[in-house]
Amino acid sequence: MKRWILWVPLAMFFGFCALFAYHLARPKTEFVASTMIGRPLPEFSLRAAVADRPALATADFRDGKPRLFNVFASWCIPCAAEAPQLEMLRRRGADIVAVAIRDRPDDVADFLSRYGNPYSRIGADDLSEVQLGIGSSGVPETFVIDGDGMITYQHIGDIRASDVPVLLQKLEEAR
Amino acid sequence: MITGLKPKHQRLILVLIALIALIGAGLLAASALRNQASYFYVPTQMAEKPPAPGQAVRLGGMVQEGSLQTLADGVTTTFVVGDGEATVPVRFAGILPDLFVEGSGVVAEGRLDAGGTFVADNLLAKHDENYVPRELQEMTEHQKNQVVAETEIGA
Amino acid sequence: MIAELGLAALWLAAALAALQLVAGAFAQRDGTTELAGLARPAAIIQGVLAAFSFLMLLILFAQTDLSVKLVAMNSHSAKPMIFKLSGAFGNHEGSMLLWITVMALAGALIAAAERRLPERTMMATLAAQAFVGLGFYAFLLFSSNPFERLPQPAMEGMGLNPLLQDIGLVFHPPTLYVGYVGLSVAFSFAVGALLTRQVTPDFARAMRPWVLGAWIFLTLGITAGSYWAYYELGWGGWWFWDPVENASLMPWLAATALLHSASVLAARDALRAWTIMLGVVAFSMSMVGTFLVRSGILTSVHAFAVDPERGTFILVLLSIYIGGALLLFALRAGTVSEGERFSVTSREAALVFNNVMLSAILGIVLLGTLYPLLTEAFDVRVSVGPPYFNPVGAIFVVPMLMVMAVGPLLRWRQDNIVRIRLPMLIAGGAALAVLLLVTVTTNIGILPLLGLALSAGLGIASFMPLRGRKLRLLPLATWGMVIAHFGIAVALFGMASESAFSEETLAAVEVGDQAEIGPWQVVLSEVRPTAGPNWTALEGRLLVSYKGGTSKEIDPQSRNFWAPPQETTESALVTRWNGQLYAVIGREAGDGRWQLRLWWKPFVTMIWYGGILIALGGVLALIGRLFADLKRRAVKLRGAERRGLSVRNVEPRDAGA
Repeated sequence: MKRWILWVPLAMFFGFCALFAYHLARPKTEFVASTMIGRPLPEFSLRAAVADRPALATADFRDGKPRLFNVFASWCIPCAAEAPQLEMLRRRGADIVAVAIRDRPDDVADFLSRYGNPYSRIGADDLSEVQLGIGSSGVPETFVIDGDGMITYQHIGDIRASDVPVLLQKLEEAR
Repeated sequence: MITGLKPKHQRLILVLIALIALIGAGLLAASALRNQASYFYVPTQMAEKPPAPGQAVRLGGMVQEGSLQTLADGVTTTFVVGDGEATVPVRFAGILPDLFVEGSGVVAEGRLDAGGTFVADNLLAKHDENYVPRELQEMTEHQKNQVVAETEIGA
Repeated sequence: MIAELGLAALWLAAALAALQLVAGAFAQRDGTTELAGLARPAAIIQGVLAAFSFLMLLILFAQTDLSVKLVAMNSHSAKPMIFKLSGAFGNHEGSMLLWITVMALAGALIAAAERRLPERTMMATLAAQAFVGLGFYAFLLFSSNPFERLPQPAMEGMGLNPLLQDIGLVFHPPTLYVGYVGLSVAFSFAVGALLTRQVTPDFARAMRPWVLGAWIFLTLGITAGSYWAYYELGWGGWWFWDPVENASLMPWLAATALLHSASVLAARDALRAWTIMLGVVAFSMSMVGTFLVRSGILTSVHAFAVDPERGTFILVLLSIYIGGALLLFALRAGTVSEGERFSVTSREAALVFNNVMLSAILGIVLLGTLYPLLTEAFDVRVSVGPPYFNPVGAIFVVPMLMVMAVGPLLRWRQDNIVRIRLPMLIAGGAALAVLLLVTVTTNIGILPLLGLALSAGLGIASFMPLRGRKLRLLPLATWGMVIAHFGIAVALFGMASESAFSEETLAAVEVGDQAEIGPWQVVLSEVRPTAGPNWTALEGRLLVSYKGGTSKEIDPQSRNFWAPPQETTESALVTRWNGQLYAVIGREAGDGRWQLRLWWKPFVTMIWYGGILIALGGVLALIGRLFADLKRRAVKLRGAERRGLSVRNVEPRDAGA
């Protein structure tokens, strides 16, 4: 048997490795950026998701104040992970409103009592209509909405500590 | 019989058979992959460069509002899948996934028929919000719609 | 406290693996030093510590200790106990701990029980095992610590996903893991033998039980996984060529090839380099498969759980282990001396042929699985499915099965085809008869047709090796081979029959109406809403009767889970000896009629019975081999005592393969 044949498996393996490395190096390709950025929020009016926070409608955004718009659900694990960062954003002066996706009032209340409630308004998006309307493909996602109800920025996935200054910056820019 | 051959030659024959089989497997696989892999289309691509009728492909897009109809047999459904620029009529005989509604995203597996209708064998609908199929990104580069669907078969 | 104990045990086990590596490596230099004596005890204690650590994790899950992050993320106090326990390894960290535990236990077992190999090869094997283990310990301790505490204990766990509470999912992952890890032992043996250049029949005999054991678990895991997909997904299919399924099929193919080449090496001292190669490939396939599935590169797994850091870690581990082993192979395999020769018509040659075919199939599956990754690098998105795998695979499966029918009849080293013409004629005749009969009576596709003919020929041929033998004296291992080969024929028959004769109907029926499928009458007698802990469902009550016999009630459901929102079809099955009725209920058609999807699948259950037979054959062979080894050891000891000789190198030749 020729010697070079013995090297073929190794060469093939490194080919595979290169392929894997290439795919690992690609940014999180699962993320689907919203095409609604730079466009106004769609019209909606949702009922309140919990008793102690008011409901959410498009009109609430048109008061000249930029806001964070958080898409979450009580059954979503990354949403629990980002709760401390949302709380930090609130303490630094961000006004955060939210929609709870396909959720039950009891579950939302339970979730908020466990992980904190940084939201000023929470709408119940039982059919994911608003979520789809603003171009969100999963939970959690966080949008920056300016004072005229325009979507200016989208953050996909849970908010890590390093994302907090970025979001504050984007809020400032939306002013 | 081959017993007359020298052992060295016998070994060579085995090695040769093995090599031929493996190279054959490689070539066969390569050509089959080129022909049999099912490509992912969005309606715009399907309108511009339709696949050959009968070739297995996947079609992804949004189910157009008001297009969903159940035919008289009670089990065949027709609807239109669009991406904001082009549309493709789809026919599907089978049980619709529950989260399949007008305005939602869908990935259909099937083939175009001669009349330009996409005949779907399978509709892949979403079953977890946290999952997004990588195939759909290609779509969003092409059009303005946001689609959520799950192409995972399971497991 | 328990979490800290578990973590401490894990660190200690990692330290012992390091000691084992050093001791084993030093033993390579100058025979047996004092340090080398530590390798075996280190391996044994390491196994105990890893098992202890895993036990601690089980206890944490049993108690639902919500101060531990992993428990809080994956468990819930209201879960039934069995699912609490299975939750311990139903996640990334826990499954890695299970992996390392099984691996350490296997290492401990070789250290305690394996006495056949030369000490130097043994030390090299233990060192290799420790080296592989260390990487996984590092992975666990540095990037996936299962015992991590939360700063604040959670109020309640997050893991009440009812979809994961399935008894099939409890046993499926550990079964496959035991299989994968069993192959790690074969890998270590192969590396050890390469290091010392001692590729002998003894090496094959030492490795074989591990390969057999791993292969049994993989067979069972794949069979169970296939049945689970069949009844759970509600599509009536039993194999989808999904990357997750392929990830378990590829190590099985490699292990099957390895099993047979190790038999040649054990019995005839041939195929040395090839067996080593397969030993490396089999475990590599396990790791690559796990990597593909776990890293989220191939399947669209949980978008936010994919951690590039972890992916990179695994990739580095893979390149070190697989790359290192293949490099060693390239450097050393040429210097492993050639084994015994054999003729082109001999059992060795038949086994070589099957090995080549199995490797070709493995390559085809691997290519098909990776092809979407490859094209995606060029921004083309494709999916590869049955239209590729079925015909391309069949081109190699068909000749493989033909040779498989003949191979066991051939003699070792050299044989004459004319000698076995009678059994060949009988089996070939049976296959041909079925082929003609089916072609005349029905009109089915070429692949199912070939499948039916081959299953008939192979089914008969698999019992031919028993011809003219005294059945009571036949070694257990031969029985194992006969049953496993027969199992292949049975499974093939099920696959071909399912694909050729399945009937399917899709009907919209009113309550009280009847639908027909094959020999069955199905009456939809009621549709009622029903509910579970966090789902609601529409349940259809179907009264089914076979050829007008007494009717039986089945209740397929269409279930909607609330949080997370998810929809499942719960299919309903009626099993008879000659097939299964499979029923799924859909939504209302809009005019009071309900959609029903019904399949009649003749002999579909043979697929899984075949799988069980194959595994049973493996079990018999394993028992036979272990008893033979014990007997051989006893004979050797007695002989050594009588003659006062050294224990080594006086073994008789292996009886059969």
